[in-house]
Amino acid sequence: MSALLASYLPIVIFVGVALILGLALLVSPFLLAFKAPDDEKLSAYECGFDAFDDSRMKFDVRFYLVSILFIIFDLEVAFLFPWAASFGTLGWFGFWSMMVFLGVLTVGFVYEWKKGALEWD
Amino acid sequence: MMPDMLSSSLQIAAPELILAIGAMILLMIGVFMGEKSAQTITGLSVAVIIIAALWLILVTPLGVGFGGSFVLDPFARFMKILVLIGSAAAVIMSVGFAESERFNRFEFPVLVLLSTTGMMMMVSAGDMIALYLGLELQSLAIYVLAAINRDSVRSTEAGLKYFVLGALSSGMLLYGASMVYGFTGHIEFTQIAAVAAESGRSVGLIVGLVFVLAGLAFKISAVPFHMWTPDVYEGAPTPITAFLAGAPKIAAMALLTRFTVQGFEPLSDQWQQVIVFISIASMAFGAFAAIGQHNIKRLMAYSSIAHMGYALVGLAAANTEGVRGVLIYMTVYLMMTLGTFAVILAMRRRDGMVEEIDDLSGLSQTNPMMALFLTVMMLSLAGLPPLAGFIGKYFVFMAAVHAGLWPLAIIGVLASVVGLFYYLRIVKTMWFDEPAEAFVPMAIELRAVLWVTGLVVFPVYIFVSGPIFAAAEAAAKTFF
Repeated sequence: MSALLASYLPIVIFVGVALILGLALLVSPFLLAFKAPDDEKLSAYECGFDAFDDSRMKFDVRFYLVSILFIIFDLEVAFLFPWAASFGTLGWFGFWSMMVFLGVLTVGFVYEWKKGALEWD
Repeated sequence: MMPDMLSSSLQIAAPELILAIGAMILLMIGVFMGEKSAQTITGLSVAVIIIAALWLILVTPLGVGFGGSFVLDPFARFMKILVLIGSAAAVIMSVGFAESERFNRFEFPVLVLLSTTGMMMMVSAGDMIALYLGLELQSLAIYVLAAINRDSVRSTEAGLKYFVLGALSSGMLLYGASMVYGFTGHIEFTQIAAVAAESGRSVGLIVGLVFVLAGLAFKISAVPFHMWTPDVYEGAPTPITAFLAGAPKIAAMALLTRFTVQGFEPLSDQWQQVIVFISIASMAFGAFAAIGQHNIKRLMAYSSIAHMGYALVGLAAANTEGVRGVLIYMTVYLMMTLGTFAVILAMRRRDGMVEEIDDLSGLSQTNPMMALFLTVMMLSLAGLPPLAGFIGKYFVFMAAVHAGLWPLAIIGVLASVVGLFYYLRIVKTMWFDEPAEAFVPMAIELRAVLWVTGLVVFPVYIFVSGPIFAAAEAAAKTFF
């Protein structure tokens, strides 16, 4: 069991280094940086002229919907890549597993299409 | 994987496959027929659940499939039948609500089917990955269900609150699972038990165990992971609350039982402490916090917190008798919850649903049958003999006493006495207060659910208790 735990040692070192480095970068500006804030520096940067609006504005929920739907199919590709790379050794079982997965995904795709989630107006 | 191994695995998982394929077909039918299909889909989804239940009882062989990930033993079969009953009853009870509240969404029964598939996987989970997959399938469907009435602020809030806290609990569970894997090198429950028996306890393993227990305690809404329950119960549409209170609790309790008793049997001294603590905290908190409630759905939320505490008393005993007590308790709890929610769904006046306890005033004069049934349910929830609720409590408390957990049983009895107060308050409101405006007549499907559960709670359980106890005994023996 200790051999198993020892195999995680690189991860522990990595997490430790990441933690120290991240914290150092977060904390050092507070200690070192020269601060002289004024209105111009604190306002949103907009190509030289005054900001038109607050940056936290409302946007159409359809953007959100499209990005959500995009993520579903984006992740699917991430799942397809290793399958395609090792296709030769997977055999028929691997092939049909992925076909079942794609079939389930198609059901979801037909649903969102018929529901009108892909139409812009 | 060999073809014959695959086919035997698929046979064991056939009820889940029926539910999953059924849900996808119904989704397609629904989306092509449009919103008017809600009634058809509701009927068909009940049919799918019944087919899955019959297949489970009559055809599916017991065994282990998918290389140990999927286990169908007598325990899993017992719990799955309960889950299917709870889901089917919740779908049936939604029919009248859908008509009267213009709640015509065919997605509701489809999501219940998907959630039920997840619950069946939870009950059958043989390793950590199957555990997590089942739990997430169940939870994701329920997050959507809680927020399904998207034009209502309270429903949306319920869904969001449940989602955020559920994600947190899933994170804790996964973290715990990774610790358990790191310290044992296995994800299968039986293998974890073997390693734990051999190498004894280590701090990392205990930490992992506690994190997983915290994640599962969230799912059964045991104190101190209960805070979502009242808001979600109150905010979600009532048929969904009826669903939430029944089947998911049973599936999560089954998962907790299998994880502790099968996966961590050698460390039972360790997890017993945790279970005893959350059991006492749930019983006490559920009993005291329900006293001040005016909304009957909130009251049922606190009541369910307390009932999970009572069921955990059986689990704390960590032996055959205790697990048998849990099984009997969950059976009785399901019947009582479904019956009570049949009444809550019938609390409708001409101008809409009401859910205050005061609205029940004088129900004995305006609708004596409903008042009588709700009285039986309340007294059974309180655990008075000779109702079924007493039998459930009797078995878990006796298991605790025989296992030497005297204080736990005594605290349980005291908490029941406190609980009796708020159940009796509802009974008093119904029988002795001035009558409020009458409810519209009860829908036929609610009446059917109420009659069946009411008669089971008293007196039918006396006649069927023999076979049920035998089945529970056989189911509990699978672990020991």
